[in-house]
Amino acid sequence: MNSFHGRALSWQVADGVAELVLDRAPCNEIGSIALAELEQFAAALPLLERDSHALIISSARNEGFCAGADLRELYGESHPLDPARRVASVRDFLLRIHRVMNALDQSPLTTIAAIHGIAFGGGFELALTCDLIIADKMARFCFPELRLGLIPGFGGIPRLKRDLGNSVVRDLILTGRSINATKAQSVGLVSQVTAEGDALRVARATAAQLCKFDRESAIAAKRFIKPILAEELRREIDIFCELFTRPAVEAGLRKFVESTDPLPYLP
Amino acid sequence: MTTLDETTDEVLQLAAQHFNIPREQLYATDDFFKKLGINSLQALDLLTRIEQHFHIELPDYELQGVADFRTLAERIQSRL
Repeated sequence: MNSFHGRALSWQVADGVAELVLDRAPCNEIGSIALAELEQFAAALPLLERDSHALIISSARNEGFCAGADLRELYGESHPLDPARRVASVRDFLLRIHRVMNALDQSPLTTIAAIHGIAFGGGFELALTCDLIIADKMARFCFPELRLGLIPGFGGIPRLKRDLGNSVVRDLILTGRSINATKAQSVGLVSQVTAEGDALRVARATAAQLCKFDRESAIAAKRFIKPILAEELRREIDIFCELFTRPAVEAGLRKFVESTDPLPYLP
Repeated sequence: MTTLDETTDEVLQLAAQHFNIPREQLYATDDFFKKLGINSLQALDLLTRIEQHFHIELPDYELQGVADFRTLAERIQSRL
């Protein structure tokens, strides 16, 4: 399927470049609807890979790229369950999202995340699957999970460890603070910082350049550069599930869901 | 050395410009969430503007509990 328009995202191919556009209010939170459509996208990837050289992931929402997992849905669905079923449910969700993230991460396409606004939690993890991150200067990146008593669960820690120095990883994960695009570029996370509103244009210009290269060489280079992290990704799911039923997490999620605090994205 | 008053004034200028509000309507003691009518994402936008303008990093957790421009300016001062 070379084009698709769903409730949470759409995709199309033009001039050898596939574009996946996230578009679900308020800020592309990843819940059951987004996950199901991301799975459709992952299933369509082999076909897109035949007709394309590059993939750009962007957001149509003014608020930003993606605010991460839909915590309200996660809490609402898991809260009524007993601990064993709660873990089974969250493990199933994580296994599904990992399959999508792994398909993106290992796609033979050269992948570019075009970021504006926030890329938080799972949104940051989605960006980390991409080969290049191009961010406008108002973009912010954050892993706030520890504030909820959790760790990132969509493959973020192994990919962050792969791409950045360990002290930066510790800073981002252990403080849960958000960093701006300039800082993200200075630590090696972001490849290009653009003017406000220009990330997608620059991503398209970059993709157009990549399309001039020999496809097989680009694929070989990517395979050589980008290691597969299977064992660490499995371990991340295990740790997330071990933490998930702790009372502190339940309390943290409830506080987030019920919060009227002016900073709900920063629990 | 920039004074707290100067920093406060720069923050008020930035907020007025970013949220398109006349500067003279903003005061140092204003609760910026209420006065600007902003949500958490817009507050993060303001934080990014501040970091760019002052060439500093201001961790967002330092803003927890901060609502008025003057206290925000104090947090900025400690990073200059």
